[in-house]
Amino acid sequence: PAMADESASLVVNGEIDMVTRTAAPAHISDVMDEINSGWLYRSDETQALQTDDFDNPGMIFVDQALETWDQVDGSEGKSCASCHDDVEGSMAGVRAVYPKWNETAGEVRTLAHQINDCRENQMGAEKWKYTGGKMTAMEALISVQSRGMPVNVAIDGPAQATWEKGKEMYYTRTGQLELSCANCHEDNYGNMIRADHLSQGQINGFPVYRLKNTKLNNAHARFKGCVRDTRAETYKPGGSDFVALELYVASRGNGLSVEAPSVRN
Amino acid sequence: MKLTSLTLAAALFGGAALAGEVGPKEVAFTEDGAIEASLTGTAGDAANGAIIMGTKSKGNCVACHEITALADVPFHGEVGPLMDGAGDRWTEAELRGLVANAKMTFEGTMMPAFYKMDGFIRPGDAYTGKAPTEALTPILTAQEIEDVVAFLVTLKDE
Ligand code: HEC
Ligand code: HEC
Ligand code: HEC
Repeated sequence: PAMADESASLVVNGEIDMVTRTAAPAHISDVMDEINSGWLYRSDETQALQTDDFDNPGMIFVDQALETWDQVDGSEGKSCASCHDDVEGSMAGVRAVYPKWNETAGEVRTLAHQINDCRENQMGAEKWKYTGGKMTAMEALISVQSRGMPVNVAIDGPAQATWEKGKEMYYTRTGQLELSCANCHEDNYGNMIRADHLSQGQINGFPVYRLKNTKLNNAHARFKGCVRDTRAETYKPGGSDFVALELYVASRGNGLSVEAPSVRN
Repeated sequence: MKLTSLTLAAALFGGAALAGEVGPKEVAFTEDGAIEASLTGTAGDAANGAIIMGTKSKGNCVACHEITALADVPFHGEVGPLMDGAGDRWTEAELRGLVANAKMTFEGTMMPAFYKMDGFIRPGDAYTGKAPTEALTPILTAQEIEDVVAFLVTLKDE
């Protein structure tokens, strides 16, 4: 496979400077010094696709979600725009802090959960499938409003118990192959595993457009694939296990830029 | 009647060894993680062992190890050590132990156990992501382990 240029720097549209390598946040500084975006581990050609929105296939879905934003749906006769006006203004900075504790609900919520909560309870519309195309597109549209901002999820206070659970999952060796996320993404990033160049498994680029399945994929869909590859029974996308894992994995990337929609093989 | 009791026996000993084989639960490891005796009593087939090591649905050893002798199989990984010369570094008994369950040799190693059928966390039905509906079988059979070992002992530096 084509090797990646791990020293490249990522500037999108000639104007958004992405932080693709930076000092590890304090809570993982005992296991690694530097955190790296998954973009660094992709081939030159794949890297290039992410430098310009005209070349980034993920942007087509962002455009579709922009139309959805204004479309009335559900029993209340409302669209996202009815309550949130322009997505550029209302959603700037939102992606960077998700998953996030929701005081009213008394739980940590992912961006996708929040979107479905608005659909169900504010619009009276049907929930979208957690890993479906409507959902990943809307996640991407909202994420684009935070591009270049540092990921900064909170791991203390009411979110701490969820974060601890996610941490435990990250280090648990599952399945018949008895592999944990850490085995591959902490102990072996930079190494080849068969034809794949292992990254740190960061999620600052999610949802990502994959050349392999030609669509946007959210973090839970990726987690599911990785757990399956340990010959394990996977967890349910959108379920509380993956929410905890997402919070923990996101926190390992605190300081990297929000990159979504990024492009991967 | 006869059929029923046979089926029952198969269910009871699901995944266990064929007659004359040492089953995954009966394997005797030495203190250093070696297995002295053959698991089957039948000599391993080195050529078949090489195929198993390069096949994704079997050993898939090349996913993690680079092996010069298997250079015709594309994409070797870098997670484990280069396998060249393994036959010089290890005895046959040690290699058998390493392939059956490397954790008995290297505590906590990332290398999966290929002859083990229980004690897993959230085991799945192979690569489906679903819970298994039957008892798990080891990733490799006893004879496949012997075949891989027969190939590994041929990996000499000179
Ligand atoms: C009728 C009003 C209404 C509609 C329609 C609505 N929302 Fe919301 N939205 C809210 C309210 C109120 C909140 C704050 C909820 C809370 O904090 O518990 C919110 C919060 C959010 C947040 C979290 C923002 C943050 O800073 O944490 C996102 C993301 C969001 N909405 C997306 C959407 C999307 C996408 C749609 C359309 C599919 C939509 N909303 C439709 C009222 C609405
Ligand atoms: C057997 C090895 C292995 C294990 C175990 C594993 N992964 Fe992965 N993971 C991969 C490979 C290979 C890729 C694709 C290359 C890459 O981006 O690292 C990948 C990709 C990812 C990505 C995408 C990164 C990006 O920038 O696109 C994320 C996120 C991820 N893994 C998270 C996890 C989590 C969380 C776990 C544990 C539940 C896990 N992985 C377990 C091998 C593994
Ligand atoms: C998921 C990764 C992985 C897979 C798959 C894997 N190994 Fe390993 N293997 C390792 C690692 C890592 C080590 C180093 C042991 C340690 O220090 O933890 C190792 C060590 C070994 C050793 C001893 C090292 C030496 O110096 O010779 C042998 C022999 C070996 N493996 C054979 C195999 C065989 C045969 C297979 C397939 C049937 C296989 N491995 C599959 C990761 C793997």
